[in-house]
Amino acid sequence: MDLLKVALYLLVYPGLLFLFVYSTFVEWVDRKLYARFQHRRGPLYTGRAGLLQPIADFVKLMAKEDIVPSSADKPLFNAVPVLALAAVLTSGLLLPVWHFTTGIVSATSFPGDIIVMAYLLSLPTFAYFLAGWASASMYASIGAVRVLTLLFSYEVPMFLAILSPAVMAGSWRMAEIARFYQLHPGYLPVNIIAFAVAILALQAKLERLPFDIPEAETELVGGTFTEYSGRKLALFRLLTDVQMVTGAGFLATLFLAGFPGGLVPGFLWFIAKTLFIVLILSAIRAVTARIRIDQMVNFSWSYLAPAALLQLVAVIIVKGYLP
Amino acid sequence: MSETFVLPVGPQHPALKEPTSFRFKVDGEYIVDADLRLGYNHRGMEKGCEARTYVQDIYLLERVCGICSNAHMTCFAQGVERLMGIEPPPRGVFIRCLMGELERIHSHLLWLGVAGHEIGFDTFFMYTWRDREVVMDLLEMVSGNRVNYGMQTFGGVRRDLDGMQIKTLLEGIAALKARTPYYLNLGATEPTMVARIAGVGKLPREKAIELTAAGPTTRASGVDFDVRKDDPYAGFGDLIPFTIVTDNGCDVLARVVVRAKEMMASYDIMEFILRNLPAGEVRTKAPRKVPEGETVSRVEAQRGELIHYIRANGTDKPDRVKVRAPTLANWPSTLYMLRGAYLADIPIIMAAIDPCLSCTDRMAVISDVRGGEKVWDWETLRQYGIEFHRRRGIRP
Repeated sequence: MDLLKVALYLLVYPGLLFLFVYSTFVEWVDRKLYARFQHRRGPLYTGRAGLLQPIADFVKLMAKEDIVPSSADKPLFNAVPVLALAAVLTSGLLLPVWHFTTGIVSATSFPGDIIVMAYLLSLPTFAYFLAGWASASMYASIGAVRVLTLLFSYEVPMFLAILSPAVMAGSWRMAEIARFYQLHPGYLPVNIIAFAVAILALQAKLERLPFDIPEAETELVGGTFTEYSGRKLALFRLLTDVQMVTGAGFLATLFLAGFPGGLVPGFLWFIAKTLFIVLILSAIRAVTARIRIDQMVNFSWSYLAPAALLQLVAVIIVKGYLP
Repeated sequence: MSETFVLPVGPQHPALKEPTSFRFKVDGEYIVDADLRLGYNHRGMEKGCEARTYVQDIYLLERVCGICSNAHMTCFAQGVERLMGIEPPPRGVFIRCLMGELERIHSHLLWLGVAGHEIGFDTFFMYTWRDREVVMDLLEMVSGNRVNYGMQTFGGVRRDLDGMQIKTLLEGIAALKARTPYYLNLGATEPTMVARIAGVGKLPREKAIELTAAGPTTRASGVDFDVRKDDPYAGFGDLIPFTIVTDNGCDVLARVVVRAKEMMASYDIMEFILRNLPAGEVRTKAPRKVPEGETVSRVEAQRGELIHYIRANGTDKPDRVKVRAPTLANWPSTLYMLRGAYLADIPIIMAAIDPCLSCTDRMAVISDVRGGEKVWDWETLRQYGIEFHRRRGIRP
């Protein structure tokens, strides 16, 4: 019985199946919003209002010819998409939406899971780098170098930003942090700077405009993914969608007081709050041009990182006066 | 990373809408050197002109380029008119000028969108192309076509405007006139966009003159060169007033500003034309044969100075037609701008001259490094073509 429960947990809800379906839905929302911002219609024909378009795209890519360049590092080239997808799917299990009680410490909710979560969300970035490097193509190599440069610019602000709500709540466990803000919603606005920094860093992590520097189409063809096609490209695209869901869930847990109220209300809160963050991400994508990698490094270290540090100082001061 | 390597851009690359080949020697994210190879899109049009009559040539030359088709047509028509010694009637001149300006609007809106796309600002691209539909509809209404309007002919234009069309044109122009300042404002103030175009692709005034840049590229470097002023045609000198737009920014931002302001100037020209359209015929009768002689005809196309050289030998077919499109004049300055730039700025610097390769491309003979023939004569070339196709199993 327990085994069956674990299998269901991993494969159906909240594991593979749910994350797949929900991430394609989120991709649809993102595409639709982006299109409406641009005075377009977006997906229309597959399913009601184009709802099934992301799934159709996924199936189409899965059926396409899968080409491995002859000079590529083949084992690495083949393994990277699967490993990276596994990492983000695992990060989905850690979100405190399916185990709302703070009483029980389990394999998916434990003190320090915030660090594991941040680490799992960073793994795809290394996967992108390895993918570009293993491709042995000029465009992919430049893309790979840019992935790492980008990582160095947003990762520190991101970690500093997620630190401040944790310091405020005095816990390293996501469920407890969310619990703290559910009990004291007045402290939520304190973290507003960190929230902004984390949103921008998440946008960079997902390599979306204005930070899609590593895969800049007009410069590097497809960047790190230039040589990928068929199944592996489909996995990479799915991975980005799932990463958007888990990243949005992660930020919602830390900055928007998580998902209170038990199984069903918690689930509804999860949908509402992740979609809210996706809305912000889409709006940023619609109103900006792609910046250069040197401008990105400058921007991160002269604005994002100091802002995150300032936030940390503010949190420590507020915490000093906590009743 | 201090070692340099060569990054090929083209003949096929997402940043290129048409095939050409750049070789960039890059050091990390910096471009050390840039080189250009032409010749992927050569269609033998100049030769084709010699085998056709003048009337057929107008339509062949119209198809040199889809964007500046009217400019090519006008340029050829007015050159041949000069050889024939005929003048279009005033109403024909005005409509000829109107077509040129409508085409300029559609081309500049298209360019603004492409520039936005090259720096990843797709929203800008979608907005400008949505408004471009307004001018495309106007062009379709006037000429019956969205591209390749077929309006110009020897001795005037082929279609007249009626009162209803003039009214619709004025309405459309008013709508565009209201929208354009928004793009000018967006291009000059949106932080991420300004970050990508300000100070990028610097072309100082002296260099612009030295490297013979043309059109908005040279005007954005502060040179007030415009064929409409320097060698007036289609009524520009005396009949139709216009202002020449320059900017001293010398970078891509200045080129955006110049093009946006040029659109504003074009709206004024078109409104003047439509309000002061003279009555009468739109064309005079032209002879079939052209007397012996030669001429150089110049037109300010959207991308810059377009030159047609026409030599007539007294028959109904030209002896020689030579096209010099503005993009060819802009390549040297593009290579100058690309050297020392960032890798990420390649697309926008290239796009900033509004390159049109189908206008520009010509047969290029690459000298054989192993010491072969450098110059090919017609017979060798023909033989090479036959062999080339035979090797691929195509019967010549």
